[in-house]
Amino acid sequence: MEDYTQVVGATISPRDAEWREILRQDKSAKERSAIPRAQMPQLDPSYRVTTMEAEVNQGLSEEQAVVEASRCLDCPNPGCVIGCPVGINIPGFIKNIERGDFHQAAMTLKETSALPAVCGRVCPQEKQCESKCIYNKMKKEPVAIGWLERFAADTEQKRSDSDKAVQPLTNGRRIAVVGSGPAGLSFAGEMSRRGYDITVFEALHEIGGVLKYGIPEFRLPNVVVENEIDSLRRDGVNFEVDCVIGKTYSYDDLLSMGFEAMFVASGAGLPRFMGIPGENLIGVMSSNEYLTRINLMGAGREGYATPVLKGTRVAVIGGGNTAMDSVRTALRMGAEEASIVYRRSEAEMPARVEEVHHAKEEGVKFLTLHNPVEYLSDENGRVCAMRLQRMELGEPDASGRRSPVPVEGAIEEVPVDLVIVSVGVSPNPLVPSSIDGLEVTRRGTIAVDDTTLQSSIPVLYAGGDIVRGGATVILAMGDGRRAAAAMDEMLSAKGK
Amino acid sequence: MNKILEKQYFSEKVVKLVVEAPSIARSRKPGHFVIVIDEACGERIPLTIADADPERGTITLVVQAVGESTQRICALDQGDFLHNVVGPLGRATDIAAHGTVVCAGGGVGVAPLLPIIKAMKQAGNRVVSVIAARNASLIILEDQVREWSDEVIIMTDDGSAGDKGLVTQGVENVILREKVDKVVTIGPAIMMKFVSALTKKYEVPTICSLNTIMVDGTGMCGACRVSVGGKTRFVCVDGPEFDAHQVDFDEMMLRMRAYDKPRK
Repeated sequence: MEDYTQVVGATISPRDAEWREILRQDKSAKERSAIPRAQMPQLDPSYRVTTMEAEVNQGLSEEQAVVEASRCLDCPNPGCVIGCPVGINIPGFIKNIERGDFHQAAMTLKETSALPAVCGRVCPQEKQCESKCIYNKMKKEPVAIGWLERFAADTEQKRSDSDKAVQPLTNGRRIAVVGSGPAGLSFAGEMSRRGYDITVFEALHEIGGVLKYGIPEFRLPNVVVENEIDSLRRDGVNFEVDCVIGKTYSYDDLLSMGFEAMFVASGAGLPRFMGIPGENLIGVMSSNEYLTRINLMGAGREGYATPVLKGTRVAVIGGGNTAMDSVRTALRMGAEEASIVYRRSEAEMPARVEEVHHAKEEGVKFLTLHNPVEYLSDENGRVCAMRLQRMELGEPDASGRRSPVPVEGAIEEVPVDLVIVSVGVSPNPLVPSSIDGLEVTRRGTIAVDDTTLQSSIPVLYAGGDIVRGGATVILAMGDGRRAAAAMDEMLSAKGK
Repeated sequence: MNKILEKQYFSEKVVKLVVEAPSIARSRKPGHFVIVIDEACGERIPLTIADADPERGTITLVVQAVGESTQRICALDQGDFLHNVVGPLGRATDIAAHGTVVCAGGGVGVAPLLPIIKAMKQAGNRVVSVIAARNASLIILEDQVREWSDEVIIMTDDGSAGDKGLVTQGVENVILREKVDKVVTIGPAIMMKFVSALTKKYEVPTICSLNTIMVDGTGMCGACRVSVGGKTRFVCVDGPEFDAHQVDFDEMMLRMRAYDKPRK
């Protein structure tokens, strides 16, 4: 096991602080572990499917949060920190909640995570921090780390602006960030804190990347993202929307505009299709298209010009978080029946457990061990049915998951009028292909040094999905953070 | 926000707008397009750039009022603003010395064709432009096309200008009388389909520029996908120009009607 003190800086709330020692002695481990895990207050499923905006999870109350925080045993060698991809000082922030110092809790989070209000909502905690909680070994439910993170971050966001930091002086060194998703925002925050003059370029007309166009409001309200962006603005970060690097400005343009270095976090981008017959029929679209129309463009909402197809019987192909977002969105858009079609079984689904659970509560049907092989059209070229191949699980594949194999002859036809394909994305070549001398991998991702995230061009760093191909918000943020540290070191060594 | 500096009516439903967009004006090449949002709650629509003035920092858009958004854009006046303009997007036209190039444009498609006509001429080609419309009042940019073409053939459905007939007849006449090395066609999908069928018969390499439904315009959504040579391609990043002989125009025309009826 890794030594946790090497993973985490823990400068704000070290374990040996006097208050933490006192707190530890306040209750016995037996008392703490006897407390049941908090229940997240959530909107009633039958109500929530009628509204696009209302967030399903309402957040823990102050009282709930303090009690939940007291469940944490403040382990000397906390597994949760090892389980966190960015090594957040988890016991440090939780113990601050327990003692009622929510501001310090938020500061402890901010030490490692640029967007805790986001991560508290979208991280797959059950596969990360919470999976390593000591309670699992005690056959008890883990401490609700994600919900506590969200509580601390939300409470901090509600504080009045005057309490927050004022714009710091910059060192005058200009750095460009390409893309305003989680990796770009995290990098921008880290670098502006170090005094750099940061400009974030966004191709779309709104800041936030996947946090805006991808993740729906019922899971991550836009106001939460806006608050994080406002806080970066207050820290002096500049944002420029409607600007496609590689098109509007080239890499050379950025250099001649006075940018010394740049961080490319342009995201994964291109939606994958399966290449089966009928996939280009009307009514078959990518989850990116469906979610962008609704989340970013306001389709379906009064006064917004962007149209969207409203299916009555909707099938979403895939088992990831984006698939869950799409299928639950379809219900909210008025679908009578919304199904997940996934070629493996539920155990292999990459989606967060909570999303699958919420989807079931809302009435989503799960057609696991099914794979579409063809879409059929009506006389107007609109999809009217899909042919599904039944699957069974065979030997484990390269991903370690048991691979699905077709059951010969088991094909059924299911009526649908909207199909949303959510089977992953591939790297968008738009930025990489526009820069001469930039090395890309066989998969089309930008090749970088594993530790520093520096590319084949010394002043160009990259992170997030344009490097990883398709990962999580927290990993993207972690990349932003690491790239910032490495770039700062490089630039400081180089001098002005 | 991008200010409209000039507005000119080409016809009742077709307007030319000169729009302030300095960084786009500087980096745009023939064939590129922009995505425009007209107002805060507007939709993202692709419009091909008809011209640009890098020194003045402007781009020229020619817009035909067909849907709600384009109707609103056409109703804007000089001094008004477009809420967002992003670009230049897509791949630029492959400009080279081919020999004789026929540029076949229909209706408002003549606008995006103009910068290609100009660039083809400047690259040393003999350029024969065939511009077509339903009637004389819908023929646009004739003078500018003449300025950069060795010859201009005008075709109208009713014969009110030039010759009576379709764009394909004009193109075929040229192919029958002289060696044509390349055809570039921009216009309504149905027109490009027939131009493509014609030039395929004569085995003349042909480029078309597609204007499909788009949302982001940067490869992210796939709304614009078309089948080219049996493969799915994205118009926004792989195009907008393709080998016309490989494009499945029927599928494309079908997909362009996706939001025609049950638009709510």
